[in-house]
Amino acid sequence: MTLRLLWMGWLFHLKTLSNSLFFVLVSVLQPVIFASIAFFMVESGSRSGTLLYVALGAGLMGIWSATLFGSGGAIQWQRWQGTLELMVGAPPPFVAVLLPLTVATATIGIYSVVATLVWGRVFFGAPLDFVHPLELAVALPATILSLGMLGLLLASTFVLYRNANAFSNLLEYPVWLATGLLVPLALLPGWVAPIGWVLSPTWGMRAIRESAFGGNPWPEIALCLGLGAVYLGLGALALGNFERLARSRATLSLT
Amino acid sequence: MTSVRIFFVGGLISFRALFSFLRPEVYIPSMLVAPLFQILLFVYIGRSAGLESDEFFVIGNAVQYAAVPCLFAMTFTIGGERFQHTLGYILSSPAPRLPLFLGRALPVVVNGFFVAAFSLAVGGLIVGIHVPASSVAPLALATAICAFSCTGLGLTGAGIGLLLREQAVLANIMFGVLLIFTGANVPVDALPGWMQPISNALPFTHGIDAARQVADGASLSDVSGLLATEVALGLVYGAVGYVFIRNTERLSLRYATLDRA
Repeated sequence: MTLRLLWMGWLFHLKTLSNSLFFVLVSVLQPVIFASIAFFMVESGSRSGTLLYVALGAGLMGIWSATLFGSGGAIQWQRWQGTLELMVGAPPPFVAVLLPLTVATATIGIYSVVATLVWGRVFFGAPLDFVHPLELAVALPATILSLGMLGLLLASTFVLYRNANAFSNLLEYPVWLATGLLVPLALLPGWVAPIGWVLSPTWGMRAIRESAFGGNPWPEIALCLGLGAVYLGLGALALGNFERLARSRATLSLT
Repeated sequence: MTSVRIFFVGGLISFRALFSFLRPEVYIPSMLVAPLFQILLFVYIGRSAGLESDEFFVIGNAVQYAAVPCLFAMTFTIGGERFQHTLGYILSSPAPRLPLFLGRALPVVVNGFFVAAFSLAVGGLIVGIHVPASSVAPLALATAICAFSCTGLGLTGAGIGLLLREQAVLANIMFGVLLIFTGANVPVDALPGWMQPISNALPFTHGIDAARQVADGASLSDVSGLLATEVALGLVYGAVGYVFIRNTERLSLRYATLDRA
């Protein structure tokens, strides 16, 4: 029953989000823009870099942006649309109703990865030679699932902040940096690395690169999913607290 | 006198009424902190790729970030009226259109300049770039001119935005185009040949170039040609935007689509 709810909810939200021009733009155009700039910079720079490395990093940037903006404001959007009370009032636990939405926002990021890979291949001649394609086929969904769970944590905490969109704007670039999506962490100050360790995109990116360029991605995949489970636990706690407060103060539908 | 009042007072009231980002809890993260991270991202990508100096990216991204307040604010300054159902009242008023629309641009230019100048100063301090004291005033002038020219493009966006439902999408696309084409992160001469004429026709390209030159010690007269081109581009885009808005106004009256996206 729960699996069916998760599956149908994910499918429904995926279709709904795909109809939003804003989300398609964030997912496709923005990563393509950043990938293009990075391609030009790598080509013009004095150090050698691989275009596939850039394309994968820009794709993951898109997944993070889609999760951040989609999940960060998820509860608030349901409020505006008048569906939040229905979701909370439905018989299944609220977390089981909201999780498919946040995973769907991360799944939209698949568009980013496909877009940056195709863009890099067609316009910049980026090679699409993956050393471990099978591992890549596991690493990418694992990263998306983990980000979807991070999205649940974002949704349940951002709702406490009235201007969640401004907070989302603030978090986009720092996470791109701290998780080493385009810049190797070794180039950043030492104190940045521990921040990256608690963010699943760090491990997701490493797993995807290990799969693409050769290596053993399984430890990173496990870490990514492990962090996802932690996010899910924390998100469920925060969501329970939000639901309890909203019921006791009768503020569920108030923006 | 009425036109002057509409230009200054009307423009300011409209700006304060339409923009929720004027609250500190929105303004500080979106307008003051986010550009610093954009600067850092490209500084580090530049270091990773071995391309240009830190100063190149600090100036390019700080000045280019003026596009966020200028493009989004100008696009919303007209579209926001429609969203709040006040566009009909404005367009049915007898107020002369030129001060009505251009007055809305002045606070946008001032805000765009402030955001870019703040990003330049703080971003420069964080990354550790040195700009001679004699370059500060010319650098500020170049930044202000860039905010002006981008607001002109924003006015064009506002006109186009009246025909669209997703104005935020339009502003995002314009921001991305400016990020790639204007030489903020990739030198214009390193871009493919077909992109360079487009770069030269966009706001920021000449202004950013001028800002980098004055930061390296060039005098104002050395970059006067670049700054004059930047001003001219701002005027052209502003004029195109004004004509676009007037035509859209006529169309909306003819087809009764004023409040429809």
